[in-house]
Amino acid sequence: MLSRRIIPCLDVRDGQVVKGVRFRDHVAMGGIVDLALRYRDEGADELVFYDITASPEGRSVDRGWVEKVARVIDIPFCVAGGIRSVDEARAVLHAGADKVSVNSPALERPELVDELAAAFGVQCVVVGVDSLRDADGEWRVRQYTGDPSKTRALPRRTLDWVIEAQRRGAGEIVLNCMGSDGVRRGYDLAQLEVVRAVCQVPLIASGGAGTPEHFRDAFAEADVDGALAASVFHSGVIAIPALKHYLQAQGVQVRISLLRMD
Amino acid sequence: MSVVLVDAGGTNIGSVRYALQRLGADAALTSDAAAIRAADKVILPGVGAAGPGMARLRELGLVELMRSLTQPVLGVCLGMQLLCAHSEEGDTECLGLIPAKVRRFAEHPGLRVPHMGWNGLSVQHEHPLLAGLDEGEQAYFVHSYAVPVGEWTLATAEHGEAFSAMVARGNFHGMQFHPERSAAVGAKLLKNFLEL
Repeated sequence: MLSRRIIPCLDVRDGQVVKGVRFRDHVAMGGIVDLALRYRDEGADELVFYDITASPEGRSVDRGWVEKVARVIDIPFCVAGGIRSVDEARAVLHAGADKVSVNSPALERPELVDELAAAFGVQCVVVGVDSLRDADGEWRVRQYTGDPSKTRALPRRTLDWVIEAQRRGAGEIVLNCMGSDGVRRGYDLAQLEVVRAVCQVPLIASGGAGTPEHFRDAFAEADVDGALAASVFHSGVIAIPALKHYLQAQGVQVRISLLRMD
Repeated sequence: MSVVLVDAGGTNIGSVRYALQRLGADAALTSDAAAIRAADKVILPGVGAAGPGMARLRELGLVELMRSLTQPVLGVCLGMQLLCAHSEEGDTECLGLIPAKVRRFAEHPGLRVPHMGWNGLSVQHEHPLLAGLDEGEQAYFVHSYAVPVGEWTLATAEHGEAFSAMVARGNFHGMQFHPERSAAVGAKLLKNFLEL
């Protein structure tokens, strides 16, 4: 039986891991490789690296660190940030990433998802969706969220985009619920449940984790496959081993390995 | 000891190579028949589809060579599927070293395909490849096609139904999961392979 995945998210800017509140006001958290190793040792199931400035600045992700991470890390990791072509994705995958995640460039040109799936298989293609509820009660997607001055609200409904992305070849969806991000009041369960109902590929919850109960709710109520979080892990508010033991006690299937290499 | 990685064009080759380096084995990436035949251990990695994978082996003239190898061989992920007789994926004739037919996961409501994530390994047969592996330890899988359970199965995992997570027949071995991405469990199993 598949385990539910705990996924620390490392927002990368200028070679450092940073974290902001509601996608703003970023502060440095530490070096990329150091944090990646720390999370691997603590039992993270997967890592996601977002080059948060790549997309708004119109450049691709800086790849030097991808290979450094791939050399030392023995859990899967996904790289996101301004990947806008098959060639750029190939470079990141060849540097050792297991998956690439596309967000703003896929909104600019949805065919990118088809092209990536055809080139590498759907298992390598993650579509990140930044979503916010508008005044009319509808969830819609946001673009270029790495830079608040460039963030754009699109007319595209989140549900429509999730369905289209799967049809085009997304092998996994990461739903960033911007309204709950960074404030640690829990994942947006209402939105996750609605998206889950139309999502046949793995769905990863993102935005809002503050307590172990929030993770349990996302798994038990919204039936997500993985839960992504950043600040609660970076700051040490939640330790991954304790979180996994809590989830196991709550009846959530998780990975707790007893094996140590001699 | 010499280890070679058969360059069949997958994208996870770098990761497998780094995993071997972490275990102190420097594996050459090669499609050269003489180098493969001379190696002590041969690893066939691979991400992608069965059809292009076999086409690439054929192009490189490696099909008969792979079949004739007598040293320990390990197929990883698609590499394990290529060791089998046939794959439903693109209706592809494979190497025929494991007499199994690779099938797509059956569609069930609520069963997500690709099977992507950490899943428990259940040991079916004693084998040196499994040394030190306790029941329920997990490995990282990413695949939509699977090898059914049969006499070749060393360990199973379950996704809707049980399937082969590890196989062996003679000197040919396979891991459906990615040992290079399966933390200490994967490192242990790769180490076991290097010590066969």
